[in-house]
Amino acid sequence: MINFGYKIMRDESIDLDRNDMRIAEYLKLHEPSIKLCIGCGSCTATCSTGHFTDFNIRQVHTFIRRGEIKRVKKEIQRCMFCGKCQLVCPRGVNLRNVILTINRAIEQIG
Amino acid sequence: MNDKVIVIGGGVAGMTAAGALADLGMEVLLLEKDTRTGGHVKNWDRLFPSRRPGREVMDFVGKSMGSDVEQRCNVIVNSIIRSDDGFSVQLENSEPVTAKSLVIATGYELFDAHKKEEYGYGIYDNVITSAELENIFMEGKKLTTHDGKTPARIAIIHCVGSRDEKVGNLYCSKVCCVTGVKQAIEIREMLPGCEVTSFYMDLRMYDRNFEELYYEAQQKWGVNFIRGRLSECAENPDHSLVLKTEDTLTGRPLKLTVDMVVLLVGFVPGAETRRIAQMVGLQSGADGFLLSADEHILDNSTTVPGVFLAGAVKGPACIVNTIADARATALQVKTFLSSQNAV
Amino acid sequence: MKIDGKRNIWKDYQKEIAADRYFYVRSCVRQNFFPGSEKTFLRIMKDELHKDVFENAAHTTCSGIGYHSDVVPFETAMTMVARQFSIMTESGYENFTTSCITSFGLYSEILETWHHFPEVEERIRQHLLKATGRTFNKPANLSHASDVIFKFRKEIAANGKYKLINKNTGKPLRIVEHIGCHYSRMFPGKGIGGAEYPYVLVGMIEEWGGEVIDYPERRHCCGFGFRQYLVQANRGYSIASTKKKFDSMAPYKPDFILTNCPGCPMFLDRWQYALSEMEGITYGENGHGIPVLTYEELAGIILGYDPWDIGLQVHQVPVEPLLDKIGIPYDTPRKFLTMDGKMMGQPNAPSNLKFYQHE
Repeated sequence: MINFGYKIMRDESIDLDRNDMRIAEYLKLHEPSIKLCIGCGSCTATCSTGHFTDFNIRQVHTFIRRGEIKRVKKEIQRCMFCGKCQLVCPRGVNLRNVILTINRAIEQIG
Repeated sequence: MNDKVIVIGGGVAGMTAAGALADLGMEVLLLEKDTRTGGHVKNWDRLFPSRRPGREVMDFVGKSMGSDVEQRCNVIVNSIIRSDDGFSVQLENSEPVTAKSLVIATGYELFDAHKKEEYGYGIYDNVITSAELENIFMEGKKLTTHDGKTPARIAIIHCVGSRDEKVGNLYCSKVCCVTGVKQAIEIREMLPGCEVTSFYMDLRMYDRNFEELYYEAQQKWGVNFIRGRLSECAENPDHSLVLKTEDTLTGRPLKLTVDMVVLLVGFVPGAETRRIAQMVGLQSGADGFLLSADEHILDNSTTVPGVFLAGAVKGPACIVNTIADARATALQVKTFLSSQNAV
Repeated sequence: MKIDGKRNIWKDYQKEIAADRYFYVRSCVRQNFFPGSEKTFLRIMKDELHKDVFENAAHTTCSGIGYHSDVVPFETAMTMVARQFSIMTESGYENFTTSCITSFGLYSEILETWHHFPEVEERIRQHLLKATGRTFNKPANLSHASDVIFKFRKEIAANGKYKLINKNTGKPLRIVEHIGCHYSRMFPGKGIGGAEYPYVLVGMIEEWGGEVIDYPERRHCCGFGFRQYLVQANRGYSIASTKKKFDSMAPYKPDFILTNCPGCPMFLDRWQYALSEMEGITYGENGHGIPVLTYEELAGIILGYDPWDIGLQVHQVPVEPLLDKIGIPYDTPRKFLTMDGKMMGQPNAPSNLKFYQHE
């Protein structure tokens, strides 16, 4: 193989045809309240960790629902389970259990 | 002597106004250009938010006219002459008809989806409109792709022809969002194995029970909602469709292949509305719909004495508001004619 | 696919193309990388269609590449273009035809700018007068050379010796068409068929017997966007764009790709070589790659011109498999000889992309 001085850029778009949806399906099955999420961002706004790191719970959850697990595997570890997100969610999503369930899913499914 | 009123347009607005006017003691003539009355709602299977049959509303509105309203179909209005006595409406192939007052209820048309070239309507076999989907429900047909297969994935696209500078319609058509949520549920109900993904910019759940319908669509029916406007649609060799949107909530471009695409087409000012409006000297707003005398307090009258408006001539409207509006118009007509008679 | 749906849209995007007396300006890239192509265009115009196509050696680049790479400011570009128009006027012509698509886009953009902002046009007239003492008229008609070939596609078909049919199967060849971004993206009304479903190349393919393929990434850039490749470190973006198109068109098994821009065929052709060397991927049948042609090259082979006179030997993806499919003869020993019969040297064969050599 020849190196011409540049690499072929990876396609960074989300490909819903190819992505692995198993963790998303596991999450919807074991914590169904997550289906109610409307992406309003109240959770992220109040998140304790979110203010001092890149951790964005709204975005992490959305990536998981799109099957983009690799991006968020490390991020999801940052949650401190303070529960502030759950207090403000207008749809009543059980967010602490959502995070626990995601962690369990990652452990089981990878 | 009963005061004569002519209602031009036999859709929900026109029929409701005609029935209410008759109840108020007017002599009413309803003119409809099509072979039968009913406008757009007669083509709608089930109505949001409760998904009750559209037929029920049509029957009620039809009955409300009773035998007191003279209904004429297949009528073409050629011109309208105003005089001190009222209005003379010139008809094609018929004697002119006269009235003391007119109600313009000529309604709207659906946006022609061919204009969104990049969505491939009329080009790719499996791109249909919400009206065509509703027709499939209405006729009790099976929902299949163009070559008869059961779809495994359907996408519903919001804001087609609305909120879109490129097609010249900046306004929001108001009712398409809730229609999209309703149809998403109906597809899931009909085909439990079919995934439905709705692509939206905003979800306008503005009226009673609309937000609850959205809640139900997510919780009970598992409809996927992705915030991002469809930018292009392309076809695979098997006639499935490749969609490109942005998943704005993650900030990444997103690609999805589906078997069918449903376009939620919006309202546009009808050609008939514009034609009739010109005949009586009515103004349109920047959005092309007709202007009333005052948007808040005189929304049923116009700047032309004796000419009143009802329904979607004034802009996108839902059936609840249209029926209430048409009844209010009838009352305004009655008040107008009473004051005329008092003189 | 309902082709009538597309025909309705094509009807909306028609434009005036001059019928004769063209002032022709060349492309910077085209002659360097595809020698013979512009000559083929001129040969078709003069010998087959008996048209008056005039070139003035004093014309320069339009500076499109420089302008789009932020190296040449718009004022300068406009003044250079004004000089081109001046040479056209002085030569006694008013129908301007460009070989390059970026040029076409730039000339269109400048004429539109002057149309909406006459004070800018006046200022440029002053610049040109001060710099060169020249004055100019604006062209009465601006067309791209592919528009002109499109206009005369029926005449070319009538004089043609070959059709775009696979002689072994009798079926029309399956062809991917790709228009340059600067043709109609900026001004959809200035492209035949518009921007969404362009017709300029489709019309040629239909007239010459081929079948057009519509594939999901049809609209995607070919990678010749100047910012994508001018700096070597950025070329990964360019090659990724081209790869996206190839991956998308591969299931349709196209016989070749037709383009109307100097840049698009350059990368659609060259990047197939680069991809095969970098990652071992080849497209097309049996590792031969998918040949890439432009409208003048295709018109040339339809008319029976010698493939080596057209310049097809410098394509990195070999065109021989395509010529075989159509039944066009070619003389392999002559492939790398100069016009006066000397051996010009042969490229080394790539590792993965099959290549036809003189054995």
